[in-house]
Amino acid sequence: MSFITRGFSGRRGDRDPRLPPGQTLVSDWPVLSAGPTPEVDTADWAFVVRTENGSHTWSWDELRALGIEDITTDIHCVTHWTKLEMPWRGVPLDRIWESVETEHEFVMAHSYGGYTTNVPLEDLLDGKSWIAFEADGEPLDPEHGGPARLLVPHLYFWKSAKWIRGLTTMPTDDPGFWEQNGYHLHGDPWQEERYW
Amino acid sequence: MTKLDGNVLAGRLTDALGWDATAADARCATCGAHGAIAVAVVYLTAMGAVARCPHCDSVLATFVESDGGRVWFGMPGISALEVTH
Amino acid sequence: MSDAGTVASARVRKHPPAAWHVATVADSRPETPTARRIELDVPTWPGNDAGSHLDVRLTAPDGYQATRSYSIASAGAGTRVVLAVDELPDGEVSPFLVHDLQPGDKLELHGPLGAFFVWTPPDVDEAPRPVQLIAGGSGVVPLYAMAAAHAAAGDATEFRLLYSVRTPEDVFFRDELAALAAAQPSLQLDFVYTRRVPDGWSAPAGRVTKDVLDAATVAAASRPLVYVCGPTPFVEAVAGWLIDAGHRPGDVRTERFGGS
Repeated sequence: MSFITRGFSGRRGDRDPRLPPGQTLVSDWPVLSAGPTPEVDTADWAFVVRTENGSHTWSWDELRALGIEDITTDIHCVTHWTKLEMPWRGVPLDRIWESVETEHEFVMAHSYGGYTTNVPLEDLLDGKSWIAFEADGEPLDPEHGGPARLLVPHLYFWKSAKWIRGLTTMPTDDPGFWEQNGYHLHGDPWQEERYW
Repeated sequence: MTKLDGNVLAGRLTDALGWDATAADARCATCGAHGAIAVAVVYLTAMGAVARCPHCDSVLATFVESDGGRVWFGMPGISALEVTH
Repeated sequence: MSDAGTVASARVRKHPPAAWHVATVADSRPETPTARRIELDVPTWPGNDAGSHLDVRLTAPDGYQATRSYSIASAGAGTRVVLAVDELPDGEVSPFLVHDLQPGDKLELHGPLGAFFVWTPPDVDEAPRPVQLIAGGSGVVPLYAMAAAHAAAGDATEFRLLYSVRTPEDVFFRDELAALAAAQPSLQLDFVYTRRVPDGWSAPAGRVTKDVLDAATVAAASRPLVYVCGPTPFVEAVAGWLIDAGHRPGDVRTERFGGS
């Protein structure tokens, strides 16, 4: 039976009509890490897409050569903060998927360091996601998921897997790390899909 | 990112199990090392608390708490915990 | 984790059970330039072992909650619980406790907690072991509780406290520690000042190093129980040096406060 603590106001933040339910606006970029920060040299970096038909690997230069675009988007963290109109640069997943054939409808994103998160393929394609290298005009630093992270801004930001190393397609929507431990399988901020 | 140790999980463990398991011996399901939960490497984030094996870094346990007070205690990487209360 | 057999060598002890309590702030006063000593009245408190901590949970009007752990400076039976909270510059909870909390305010807390990082006086039939306490900054709080509990029990076990602190003004429980050391031959205090030393201090300012540790702590050959508490980098460096010096991992208990 918690009571309100006199004088404690908790999160600082502003309300704004562009925010999904339960979010507050921040202007900085909080760092949340559940483990040691992987340090990956772009010379050793590789991105692999695995399907039931085999796999395709891109090096750092090969992936970027597919074409980088500018993105300006809002990002929503399940921990209630939102950043509006954040500038990013990355390769659209649609470009990458031109080399991929699969009957599977779901994807598990894998990160350097072992983190995983699941996303339906329809939430990744048709302009909905990127492999991102830059944020706020700077190359992504390791604390924020650099050298590259998945960017799926229309879902809660835990789905935008940091330190991305590959995507593996799957026939069922198997839960990734946080999804196995209490978080929602899908994660739509506008439906407040935060937990089980 | 700040690393802590399993001592900081005492409150969460007591809420989950009914007793303070920080001195209890736990075995890492990934590498087989074992020791007191108090010695695990712990990261506290707004997403949740993650306890990792100090030997191999695999995730031993997680705590997630929703705003409404729902709590999930995950044990993806503990093969067994000695009950010594 | 340590190897098999080195963890649970101590018998299992009963600790006062943890529960959620409502505390009333009885007193709050400056402890150091950045920290505050807070005394709480907790009518339902079952008492606590030295080294325990408690979790403070704050609730904002919109329902948002923040929980943080704080070591308890007091120990033993009784319903008066003493904390010493150091303000973290970007903290969410500590600035509130240090600057806004007033006598009469109520706080929700969970405790006593901490089955691992606690010291209790040896049983009559137990062979006493010397105890080495090593504190970095505010990490002294649970170790101060242990030193005070040692005195309160009339325990004659050799106790040494190596306390690393930035400046003389940053010492927690300075008067109480001095009184404990003056009253008990079995307690030895050693200070290391890392930024500025007191007037007349013979050594220059400097951090704890392996050599400082070797010179100012109970030797590994005496098989002391060692408790190390403070910021994570401090604890990890000190624990590494202790193992290098021959202390067994199972004899060294650590509590990390995070930060730098």
